Amino acid sequence: MSVVLETRGLTKAFGGLVAVDNVSFQLQESELLALIGPNGAGKSTCFNMLMGQLPPTSGEVFLMGEKITGLKPRQIWRKGVGRTFQITATYSSMTVVENVQMALLSHNGRIFRFRSQAHRLYRKEALALLDMVGMADQADRHCAVLAYGDLKRLELATALAHEPTLLLMDEPTAGMAPKERIALMQLTADIVRDQGVSVLFTEHDMDVVFAHSHRIMVLNRGALIAEGSAAEIRANPMVQEVYLGGGTVFGAEEHADA
Amino acid sequence: MLEVNHINSFYGKAHVLRDLSLDVPRGKVVALLGRNGAGKSTTMKSIMQLVRPQSGSVMFQGQQITGLLPHKVAKMGIGYVPEDRRIFTDLTVSENLVVGQQPPREGAVTWTEDMLFDLFPNLAERRNNRGKALSGGEQQMLTIARTLMGNPLFVLLDEPSEGVAPVIVEQMARVIQQLKSEGLTVLLSEQNLHFAQAVADMAVIIESGERAFHGTLAELNAQPEVRDAFLAA
Amino acid sequence: MEFFVAQILTGLANASSLFLVACGLSLIFGVTRIVNFAHGSLYMLGAYIGLTLMETLPGHVGFWGSILLAGIAVGLIGVVIEMLVLRPVYRAPELFQLVATFGVILVIQDLALMIWGPEDQLGPRAPGLRGVFRIMGEPIPKYDIVLLIITPIIALALWYMMARTRLGVLVRAATQDREMVGALGVNQAWLFTGVFALGSALAGLGGALQLPKGGADLLMDFTILTPVFVVVVIGGMGSLPGAYLAAIIISVLNVFGVTYIPQSTLVLMFLVMIVVLMIRPYGLFGREEVAGEHGQVGEPEEPIKPASRQTRLIVAAGLVLLALLPLIGSNFALVLSTDILIFCLFAASLHFLLGLGGMVSFGHAAYYGGGAYVAALLVTWTNTPMELAFLLAPFGAGLAAIIIGWVCLRLTGVYFAMLTLAFAQLLWSLVWQWQDVTGGDDGLVNIWPSDWLNNNTAFFYFALLFSVGGILVLRHVAHSPFGYALRAARDSQRQAEATGIDTQRVKLLAFTFAGFMGGLAGALFVFSKGSVFPNELEIVRSFDALIVVFLGGVKTLAGGVVGAAFFKGVEDILTRFEYWRLVMGLLIIFVVVVAPEGIVGSLRRAARRIGLGKEQPS
Repeated sequence: MSVVLETRGLTKAFGGLVAVDNVSFQLQESELLALIGPNGAGKSTCFNMLMGQLPPTSGEVFLMGEKITGLKPRQIWRKGVGRTFQITATYSSMTVVENVQMALLSHNGRIFRFRSQAHRLYRKEALALLDMVGMADQADRHCAVLAYGDLKRLELATALAHEPTLLLMDEPTAGMAPKERIALMQLTADIVRDQGVSVLFTEHDMDVVFAHSHRIMVLNRGALIAEGSAAEIRANPMVQEVYLGGGTVFGAEEHADA
Repeated sequence: MLEVNHINSFYGKAHVLRDLSLDVPRGKVVALLGRNGAGKSTTMKSIMQLVRPQSGSVMFQGQQITGLLPHKVAKMGIGYVPEDRRIFTDLTVSENLVVGQQPPREGAVTWTEDMLFDLFPNLAERRNNRGKALSGGEQQMLTIARTLMGNPLFVLLDEPSEGVAPVIVEQMARVIQQLKSEGLTVLLSEQNLHFAQAVADMAVIIESGERAFHGTLAELNAQPEVRDAFLAA
Repeated sequence: MEFFVAQILTGLANASSLFLVACGLSLIFGVTRIVNFAHGSLYMLGAYIGLTLMETLPGHVGFWGSILLAGIAVGLIGVVIEMLVLRPVYRAPELFQLVATFGVILVIQDLALMIWGPEDQLGPRAPGLRGVFRIMGEPIPKYDIVLLIITPIIALALWYMMARTRLGVLVRAATQDREMVGALGVNQAWLFTGVFALGSALAGLGGALQLPKGGADLLMDFTILTPVFVVVVIGGMGSLPGAYLAAIIISVLNVFGVTYIPQSTLVLMFLVMIVVLMIRPYGLFGREEVAGEHGQVGEPEEPIKPASRQTRLIVAAGLVLLALLPLIGSNFALVLSTDILIFCLFAASLHFLLGLGGMVSFGHAAYYGGGAYVAALLVTWTNTPMELAFLLAPFGAGLAAIIIGWVCLRLTGVYFAMLTLAFAQLLWSLVWQWQDVTGGDDGLVNIWPSDWLNNNTAFFYFALLFSVGGILVLRHVAHSPFGYALRAARDSQRQAEATGIDTQRVKLLAFTFAGFMGGLAGALFVFSKGSVFPNELEIVRSFDALIVVFLGGVKTLAGGVVGAAFFKGVEDILTRFEYWRLVMGLLIIFVVVVAPEGIVGSLRRAARRIGLGKEQPS
């Protein structure tokens, strides 16, 4: 197995506040890696640096061994990184399939074309992607009327449009019902298995994290404080103290395995 | 205390609530459960009249509140804690509380800043910090505190546990229990069944804008098939 | 040194009115999110009302009482405007309200003309303050010194109100999330009315206070509007200290400008604004405008589709009818139709930017007037043949757009809008003040088309070809991958960037393209009239296009063209009457109130209601 994503000493300071402090980790091929931690622990900052939205204060990010620190989001995307957002970002004035077509147009370098009609281009490929996430029957609906869970699936289809090697998902199940959460993560896990995509995701729903991730990292006050399997993390006293608490507000073992 | 009778609400063209009815007895905590998009937040907003139901009525203490402006609804003693917090990030913690301030109300606790700082000790240290400097959990506490400054008889709590670390959720549960013991009535929308179990007396489940279950939590627990069908927690 | 100090003191005194008007505008924008174009009109009303009162009330008490009363009166007028015009449209899509305030400008202009007549009026001297003080040997009018003292006091009082009182806290909270303030039990309708009244009163006060230094005339509404926008933007929207500092900077700069470089005083102000915004994109004390803040309403736009066969047939039939016009219509009808066609192309080019790109430009006249001037200058100074000048004009406008767009696109929202306005005004002041080349106020004349086009019928066909052609090209591009990418960048810049789309490049290209098309309209215009004057670059011209795009319907592809055709037609008929502005203003307000989705959007909705047209599957 090869290393898909690696960070070395990733640090971000805002003024005097160190939001992310010397974070180093590796993500292996076909791995589903979860990043958890309390609010304000630096998860989003960390994500934004991986995706190029924020320049790190120091440290480096490597994708398949190539340094990508300092590149813009769109350049990183071109290198085969897809992402979904904590708060869905879709084109609300377009239909579902047109949303996916946009990503395909961009992937094929057709943005600055003026003669052809956009809605005819790459429609078949877009429908295939929608089919993969179970959205093909809604392809021609107006994106603005979709239910939230469907928007999340649409975003996933869009993120897969350029056959990425790495998928970054920021709280992929935020705002979804428990059943949908499990379904979406199951879908993601299937994609990881079938297409060899690697996934790094942040999440607050411990049921989702414990059920689907291959490995878990815990961030607190900007620093990685623990790393390991679900059982190891659950048993870690430090993680319990800063994040998990007494375990009364998330599912016990039997739910986690559901 | 609160009766919602056969309301129908729309968001643009989407028919979100269909003939929904529920009631909240005085002094109880009722949990409104359901998937995202089921209509929980719209129910809250329809009670608050932030979304106008196109038919049906909402009664509070026997008085019709349908069609009133939101500020009139608030003046009647209904407090609203929105799901996305919506604190005033440019204002300090104290100033946020000032916005929520209303005259004392008969039958309700008259809250002062100091009492709220006792209830949420983290906020006391942050009283002169701007809202944007607070963490997610602190912001969530501030929204609740801000609403309490209006001395409400009844509070709509929209998904207080969403996106908050489990330790904070536990603290939130303790606060809700304490408020209940002081006589406050609460309608709580939740997706986290564990949290609802910890604080609520009764539950209403909505699915696609329609009521799918109405009863005590004990009754809900006795019907695992209902629970699994609509919540699958 | 002495002279220097005197200059600064004069500048500070001049800052007084500017500050009052600007902070009123800033307050209103902060809470209601409305850019109140009518703010200059309120300032003008303050001056006229103050003047009338001063003529009746005697002595010291009369003078100062008049100023105060003028402020109160304008505040009350503000209440009326807010309740009658703005309340019905708060729920309309963002920025639609500014169209309503534009209607108010027109109404107030004609009302002022009716009441006070067309002559400029000189303001009275303040009793007891007629002379000068000598400061370091330099004469400073006594009234200036009084202003110097009063302004900081008012500023401090306002600051205290905002920072220390519950009302101020509520206003600041409402600036951020007005719906939430309502849900906490605060009657936001009255909060809005109150803030609007306060903002209006400050404008009125500003108008009355400047009387001894100036007077009252019917042009002062627009004259003050530009510097006020500049001050508000430099200071940062919604910031009182910012408005104060910026008012001082602009006024002092202006005093020095008049002394040292009298030819470029106008240009100077815009240069300062551009420089400030390049360094601090949200003004000196402003904060970033968060897109999609709470309280914004409006349904998302519907997906676009190429026109159906039926629609195409209808449009084709309409064009054929239009092409037959020279056979049946009068000469007047031909000239009118040519005007309308040209204006439609101008509006369509702005609609492309505004509707598809979500870029609200307050200065689109820069390219329309720019195109016209490029053609006119080429003909006047290099004897370029008309055909070549006509072709080069859109390229000139496009070149201007690429440079202006490159600078403006660093900003977003209302700051972007204001900066586009500043650039348009910059071009306007260049043309106005660079008399040797541009003819200044006298314009450039004798710019006629070649002989083969030099009759109304031939030019009508020429305009028909290029206007309709241009509009069809704009429409076609809307459906192309580029048009889709532009909408993608508007709908979600985050997603677009995260899927490899260089949104800045897309927007800049769209900006340039819209400028090019605006320039084409300008070139058609100059050869249809045979002359061009600086007013083709003016703020009013930009607003004309903006108004029709909004009234036609931003969220519909046909909105710009339909709005332009309708309003240009109505205007050409109305301008034959004396008080046409009054009627036009009322008409605009009426359309805004009854058809908040614009003409096309509202027609579409109405058609659906009675069962015509297809319901969007939901």
